[in-house]
Amino acid sequence: MPILEVENLCKTFGRTSVLKKINLSLEQGQALSIIGSSGSGKTTLLRCLNFLETPDAGIIRVNGETLFDAADPAAQKESSIRKKRLHFGLVFQSFNLFPQYTALENVMLAEKLLAAERPDFKAKKKEILEQIEAQAADLLAQMGLSNRMKNYPHQLSGGQCQRVAIARALALHPDILCFDEPTSALDPELTGEVLRVIRELADKNTTMIIVTHEMAFARDVADHVIFMDDGTIVEQGTPLEVFENPKEERTRQFLSHYRQG
Amino acid sequence: MQLILEQMPVVINALNTGFIQTLKLFFVTLIGAFPLGLLIAFGSMSRFRPLSGFTRLVVWIVRGTPLMIQLLIIYYFPGLVLDNPIWGGGETGRFLAASTAFIINYACYFSEIYRGGIQGVPIGQEEAGLVLGMTKSQIFFRIKLLQMIKRIVPPMSNEIITLVKDTALARIIALQEVIFAGQSFLKGSHGISGAIWPLFFTAFYYLIFNGLLTLLLGWLEKKLDYFR
Ligand SMILES: Nc1ncnc2c1ncn2[C@@H]1O[C@H](COP(=O)(O)OP(=O)(O)O)[C@@H](O)[C@H]1O
Ligand SMILES: [Mg+2]
Repeated sequence: MPILEVENLCKTFGRTSVLKKINLSLEQGQALSIIGSSGSGKTTLLRCLNFLETPDAGIIRVNGETLFDAADPAAQKESSIRKKRLHFGLVFQSFNLFPQYTALENVMLAEKLLAAERPDFKAKKKEILEQIEAQAADLLAQMGLSNRMKNYPHQLSGGQCQRVAIARALALHPDILCFDEPTSALDPELTGEVLRVIRELADKNTTMIIVTHEMAFARDVADHVIFMDDGTIVEQGTPLEVFENPKEERTRQFLSHYRQG
Repeated sequence: MQLILEQMPVVINALNTGFIQTLKLFFVTLIGAFPLGLLIAFGSMSRFRPLSGFTRLVVWIVRGTPLMIQLLIIYYFPGLVLDNPIWGGGETGRFLAASTAFIINYACYFSEIYRGGIQGVPIGQEEAGLVLGMTKSQIFFRIKLLQMIKRIVPPMSNEIITLVKDTALARIIALQEVIFAGQSFLKGSHGISGAIWPLFFTAFYYLIFNGLLTLLLGWLEKKLDYFR
């Protein structure tokens, strides 16, 4: 059974139809790359998966559980959405770190708040918090940021900020981690360190959806590639299929821009 | 010189009394305008158009007209036009009227500062919190509030310093604040008349109080300097 199934997902903003019957599925442990020109609906798709936008039609299923069904209002209750979001993690293009918290605090904050809702929190508070801190420190170490844990975001480079943001998303153990152009806001010389971290995650079989304009990276790291244009999935397949033998003219055109560039 | 030294204790005493009235007006205005300004800010950001439209119109009028006119209208209008002197007579009535005018006026200025602070926090902050499973109230208190305060403090400091000096406007409805007290020695009071130096002297009260405030607000701004 796929870990993620999306069926006929549609989203319109006013009169513009941004997602037109998107269907996709993703297996546990796989990395899916989504490529496509600006405005093709990639961000909107990720935002729908993370419940930042409400689709107009379609179904989102994780591990067989229906998280969203546009036809079933009961599956859209605001109170349950918060917990459903936790199936997904999202790394933003612009990091969106919390500026008043250190790197370590950024990683710990959400987990602490969630832990406080546990029935045994009062009794085991100290133990739980120590465990959260140890895990957060560990994640930051994996990101190569052991010596930056006490720094505030404004004291970090863009690449370091994005790695903190990745650690922050990982701290909640999402089933599926989404990246929305994680290196697009970075200076070129800083993209490498972020891509390296994502590649390591892929090597550990983290289930991921990566929207990116880094074609070489997408091809390298993904198990499956989707090319989107104008709100539809034009073509999908293995990296080899999509990058080497694209069947669709639109895919060829899109890729040729990158070959020349 | 000899004379001034003799008059000093009497004058200082009167100025102190006046300055206490100045301070009372200052603090009452702050205590009233801080929360009222927040309410007005929420009103002006409301998605219910009639409410936001009305609120913005009021703010525009209040900010576009002199506080002195507002003082006069609020003090005289009920008694002279409505035949209903709600403020009552004497110093208490004048203080009530002055406080009302100042609170309304400053709440309108504060509301714009709040609005800037609230809308200045990038939407990405809220979205990051949502994606991490936080509730709306956790997002407000743990993430957005401090960022808003940081944005609000510098423009608020300016308004607060201005308020200290604006309290002198209450003189127009004869509230016995510090300038009223200083001026009284020109016309004659406590057996002293034709003395202008007490009026100059009132400036020191403002300078010292504003100096202290500047230090306090600067300290607060520094405190919030650890993040950007
Ligand atoms: N909140 C919104 N309101 C109106 N239009 C939007 C909104 N968000 C995105 N769009 C439009 O939807 C289309 C797809 O946007 P997006 O998903 O950001 O594409 P991509 O990430 O592939 O560049 C664009 O034409 C964009 O202008
Ligand atoms: Mg995008």
